[in-house]
Formats: sequence, C-alpha cells, structure tokens
Amino acid sequence: MEKIIRVKNLTKDFKELRAVDNLSFEVTKGQVYGFLGQNGAGKSTTIRMLLSLIKPTAGSIEIFGLNLFQNRKEILRQVGAIIEKPDLYKYLSVLENLKIFAAMSGKRLSTPKLLEQLAVVGLADRAHSKVKTCSQGMKQRLGIATALVHNPQLILLDEPTNGLDPQGIVDIRKLIIRLSKELQKTVLISSHQLNEVELIADAMIIIDKGKKVMEGKVSELFDPAETVVELKTTDDALMIEKIKQAGWQNIIQEKRSDCILLKLHKKDIPSILQKLVKLDIPILSFYSRHSLEDYFFSLTSAKHVLAATDN
Amino acid sequence: MFWQLLTIELKKIFKRPRTYIAFGAILVIVFLIQIAIKYDGKSYFDLLLNNLSGSFEFDDDFKHKFINGYLICFVILNTLLIQMPLLVALVAGDAIAGEANMGTLRLSLTKPVSRTEYMIVKFVASFIYTIALLVLMAIFALLGSMFIFGTNDMVVLRSEGIELIKQSDVLWRYLAAFGYAAIALTTVSAIAFLFSVLAENSIGPIIATMSIVLVFTILSQMNIPFYDDTIKPYLFTTHTVAWKGFFYVKADASGTTINGSIENLPAIMRSLGILVMYIFVFFGIATWIFNKKDILT
Amino acid sequence: MVMSIIGFSMPVNAQPPQTVIQNVQAKLKKVKNYVATGRMKTNVIFIKAPIAKVKVYYKSPNLLQIKNESGISFIPKGAININLNSIFVDPDGFDLIDMGKDASTSWRVIKLLPKDENANIVLSTLYIDTKNWLIQKATTTTKENGTYELRMTYGKYADWGLADKVVFRFNTENYKLPKGITFDYDDGSDNKTNSQLKKKKGELIINYSSYVINKGLPDTVFQ
Repeated sequence: MEKIIRVKNLTKDFKELRAVDNLSFEVTKGQVYGFLGQNGAGKSTTIRMLLSLIKPTAGSIEIFGLNLFQNRKEILRQVGAIIEKPDLYKYLSVLENLKIFAAMSGKRLSTPKLLEQLAVVGLADRAHSKVKTCSQGMKQRLGIATALVHNPQLILLDEPTNGLDPQGIVDIRKLIIRLSKELQKTVLISSHQLNEVELIADAMIIIDKGKKVMEGKVSELFDPAETVVELKTTDDALMIEKIKQAGWQNIIQEKRSDCILLKLHKKDIPSILQKLVKLDIPILSFYSRHSLEDYFFSLTSAKHVLAATDN
Repeated sequence: MFWQLLTIELKKIFKRPRTYIAFGAILVIVFLIQIAIKYDGKSYFDLLLNNLSGSFEFDDDFKHKFINGYLICFVILNTLLIQMPLLVALVAGDAIAGEANMGTLRLSLTKPVSRTEYMIVKFVASFIYTIALLVLMAIFALLGSMFIFGTNDMVVLRSEGIELIKQSDVLWRYLAAFGYAAIALTTVSAIAFLFSVLAENSIGPIIATMSIVLVFTILSQMNIPFYDDTIKPYLFTTHTVAWKGFFYVKADASGTTINGSIENLPAIMRSLGILVMYIFVFFGIATWIFNKKDILT
Repeated sequence: MVMSIIGFSMPVNAQPPQTVIQNVQAKLKKVKNYVATGRMKTNVIFIKAPIAKVKVYYKSPNLLQIKNESGISFIPKGAININLNSIFVDPDGFDLIDMGKDASTSWRVIKLLPKDENANIVLSTLYIDTKNWLIQKATTTTKENGTYELRMTYGKYADWGLADKVVFRFNTENYKLPKGITFDYDDGSDNKTNSQLKKKKGELIINYSSYVINKGLPDTVFQ
C-alpha cells in the first residue's frame, strides 16, 4: 500500500516544553486517518509540522514519498488543510476568499467552478456575503471548501466539526467518507472527540503529551464484544463494596463521583445485570456507553478525562 | 504566479476600508492647506518673507505670483511627507502581523508559496500602495494647487538663501522628488515589515515603526554637534528629506541659476543609496526571521 | 594722452555745475514716457535667480515700474531711482558742490545736497559725461535704504539720455530665515560662509534691448 504520510521520530520542543515527542506514524493512500488526543496533546503542532508551518526539532516527514522540507511547494500543491478554526478575510466575501486560496494553490478557477465548490459545502447561496456576517458554522464550511478547492490528494483537517450544528457535523462526515471512498483522497482528521473519528476513520493514532499511546486500524483496536457500562445507584460506594465482596471486582473500571464504570463483555450483560439487582441496592440507571470513548479514557490520565468531559 | 499573488495582495489592501483612511487623511490635509492659503495667502506670505520686506519691493503682484501652485505643493509636501510614514506604517505594519492576527497567515503559508516569495509579494504590494498615496498627492497637492493657484516661478526659501526656479524648470523636479519620496517611504515600509514579522497583531508594529520614525526624526533635526558627526549621517530620517535637494539649483559665480541643474546631486544619490541599504537590510532581516519562524497563530 | 584730457577739459570745466545739471535735465526732459524691454540679472549673495525678461515702465516726472511679465523677480527697494528722476524733478532743491573732474574718466563730479533737511536723500554724487550730457555714474545715500550706486552704459538711445545697460548696486539686510519657516535640508554642499553672507551689497543689472519712447502710458501701469 502506498504511504502518503510517513512521519519518523518527529520531535518538537518549544523552549522547555516538548510538544511532540519522538512520534512516528504512517498514513496509507485513501485512508481516513484519525488523529486523536486531548487539547494540548500535540495534535495541532504535528499537523502544523506536516504543513511546514512549524519546523521540527528532530525527525523526518515524508509526504507522497518526498521529503517535506526539500519538496515543500510540490507537496503543498496537493495538500488541503484546515488548521484549528478556519479564519478568513472578514472584509471579503465568501467567494472572494475561496478565489484567493484557490489562486494561492495555483488554481485559477472561474466563478461557476467556485460556486460549484461552495455548493458542495452548502454555501452557494451565501457566496457574496462578507465573511464577517457569517456564522461560525458557515465559516467552518468555507474553511473546508478552501481546503478542497484545489482538488488536493491529501486533506488535513484539524477539528473540522468544531462549531458546526448537528446537521453540519453529519454533512461533513458524509463528505469525508465520499472524499475517501469515492475520490480516493487521503484524509487526516484530528479530534478530541472519539465518537466523531470512530465513525469515519479507517485507522487512528492516539497521542498524549506528544507521545504515541496507541496506533492501528480502528477495527483491530477495539474488541467489539467489549463495552463499558455506566451504572448509577442510590449508593455507589456501597454498591462497589458489595461487588467486591461478591468477587467481581475485575469488572469495575472506574469510580466516578456520580456513577460507576463497568467493563463488560456484551454477552455477559444480562447475567451481570441480574446479579447486580440481587445485591439489593436500587439501580437508577444502567447505560451502555460508547466503547471508543471509554477506551480512550482508559488510556489517558484521569486529569485529562475531566478536561475532556468539560468540552 | 508572482503577478497572481500580487493581484491578491493588492485586492486585500484595496478592499479594506482602513486603506482609504490614509487616502482620506491626505486629501483632508491637502485641502486644508490649500483653503487656508487661498483665503489668507497674504498673511502666509508675510510670515515667510517679512524680514526681507525692508530690502525688496513686495507689491501685490509679486505676492500673487509668489503664492503659486508650485510653491503651495512644496509647502504641502514639507508638511505631509513627515506624516506619510504613519500612513505607510498603517499598511506595512499590518502586512504580516495583520494576517497573523486574523488567522489567515497559517492558511496562506500552507499554500505552495515560499515564505520569501510571500514576503516579496507583500512588500511589493505595500510599495504599490505607497506609490498610490504619492500619485494621489501628486494629483491633489501638485496638479490641484497648480489649478487653484496657477503656476509661476518657484521660490525656495532656505535659511541661507533664496532660490528662484523658472517655472519651466520645476515639473521634472517634482517628478524626481516624488520618486525619491517613494524610496524614502519604502524605507519606513521595510522597518514596519520587520516589526510586522515579529508581532502577532498590527497595532504593535505600527506603533513601533512610528516611534522609530519619531525618535530618528527628532535626532536628525536636533542641532547637537555630538550627534551631527556620530549617528546623524546613519539615521534614515536624515536622508528621507533629501527630496528637497531636487529643488536646490546650481548658480554661476554671479548668482544666476543654471536651468535644469541640481546643487548637489551626489549628496542626493548618497542619501538614496543609504535608504536603499536600509531597505535591503531591514527587509532582508525580516525575511530571514520570517523564514525561520514557527507559525503558531 | 593725459595732456589732451586736461587740455580739452579746460573750457568745459568752466561751466558752473548748475549749467551742467540743466543740460542733463534738458536731455532727460525729452522723454515723457517709455516702455523698455530688457533682461535683468539679480546678483545678491543670498539669492539664486535666473535671468529675467523684464519690462521697465517710466512716466515723467518720476513713475517707474519694473515688471517681470513671465515670472518672479526680487526687485530691491529704491530701484525706482534707477533713472534718478527724484533728483531731476527738482534740481533746485539741492545745493550743488562742484568736485571737478574725475581723474581717470574726465567725468564731471558734482555733489548734490538737499536743502530740505527731512529729505530722504542725504547726498548724491553724479558723474557726468559733459560731452554728451549723460550721467555715467551716481551714488546716492538715503536715510532709509542706505547707499545706492548706479552705473550706466549708453548706446543707441544715448540721444534720449537712456542707457543700454544699468547696474544698480544696493545695500541688503542680513539674510537669515529661521529654520522653522524655511524648507531646509542639509545637502552637504559648501554653503557660503557667513562672512560672505555679510557682504551686504547686491547688484541688479538690466540690459535693455529696446525702448518705446513717448508713445503714451496710462497711470494704471504704476498701481
């Protein structure tokens, strides 16, 4: 399989802070590659290095099989990106912004072509509005349009669904899947929300404090038979004690202030639930949570978990 | 590609309302000076030439001829060229820092354009903006004054003497002076670019540039012998006023002016050379820093 | 040579100064008005000026105007006296002192002292060519404007007593404008040293190319 991105031992230091620490990963052509981590984990720094905005302290980056810093222009001609929130020229119209960034990528596009591109992200009717009059969601869509306008082979999307309404999020997901599956584009998408990536990514990497925590195909990373259950009772502490007394402490993953997280095989759910009921503590809720999310929580520190739940 | 990028930059500059503040400011100053002199030219004349009225016959005809479009333009340029660096800094200081502040810099730099190219395009665009300002000045301060006050021989008042330039010998001097002013203002632009690369909002570079222009101007206008020989010859502000040199004519031994002559062209060229050096050094450093910089905005 | 000058000058010398002045006056009186065209050169240490095309308007008894039709000229105060009309309007108002002959030129030298103590003119010295009744040189000291000197060279208009070339030397004040007012820039060129600037004499040289004499002239020209 052709490797579109090949990152080796990538490290970036900002004074004392090591933002990216000896990171290596590869992205295969046509893949949607999830790039996961909490805020401050080093996702943005890595994406900026992939775009030559930041120079690595050490390590190498190859894109399309070429060294990024030696073939920068050639590579960037085939790359589209959103970096954090897509900021654009507020005093120019949606169309003018798109035209500018297409031209900077070396593509001179006619107005009908540009309008076509805007239609893809559902902005055709706002083409002549000044960007300063647009909502955050519209700016996000325009950002995606600017990333795609020059028909790049590789698309780097840094938190692309930020600020979008639920319908917008669904639209973008569909678009990304189409780009990958129909148009054979390679997409790297970063996020701090795992459910977002899980649905569309073929492979993913999870990083924390600049270091790789886990990498692999999504289908291999998780045992689909396993799930995490959120259990709420009238007295969680007593419940935990009783579970321990019964000798099932291996199912307890974590004690939260308002619930208990249990890690179970899906086939065991009915029997476990039955047993729990018999422990005679009123159960308020028993809810099977998103597997990937909890998987992620289990890999990152508790402090981060709290930060993530705030988001 | 260069022209395409330049077109984009110019579009960005000239689509911004801020750009036209400068144009408006110039028009206001020019008109205010013209109106004041149109309605009270005699008082202004007396201010300039009162101490010679004992020796010379200044009748109304003389005063009328003296206050002509060429002189008024010279007066306007003297006043306005001191303020123009602010207007140039407004755009040049914003060039990189403004994009950083808006968040468009990171997107622009992921395009297949080298940072050096990006800097050059920005710099050329701000040069064109400077030229546009000067063309506007030429139209309103020069052609406008010529229209309002008519033309005649031009009297240049210097502290050591008076120079009279034949009206047929004036226009090319203005052309040269405007050309020189373009280079002088580009020096300010280069300094503003350096600050612009270092900053992440455009207010900082604009204020920093103005502060430098201000301090240097004061230093180069102070008559303190200690500075005269040490730092003054190296301050760009000492050389930005050299456009006036085009209005200093040569005269023969008996004081008759030589048409088409310049009193000290080598001095002007030397000043020009120093300004060009400033431009290369400051723009060079700015580009070097910009190339090395991590884009974090 | 020396002998001949002395020899020929003896009978002329016999004429009293009053007669000499009257003869000169008689010649000048033939001109009621004129418009002269000429080129004027300003030679003042602190002024750089091009040679100007000027018209000089005269109307008797003592109106004179120098006009630069195409441009600007700095015309010194007192230049009105360049044909000495103020003296010849009323020669009787002066006491004449005969100074004899100038040794080198054989011009009659006559000093005029105004009888009126309040007159602007303090003293005027005329150098007169008594062969043609032409004033060759005049030095006039005034109360207000210092001393002027006039030198005339005559040619084809000598019959009218009108010069082809007039050199008018006058006093100027010290020129110094404060830097705040002027439009200065130090171009590093060797400006005249201060001692030179203190040479307070200026010169105005008019070379006349033609005169239009007694064709009439309205007073409005002199307003």
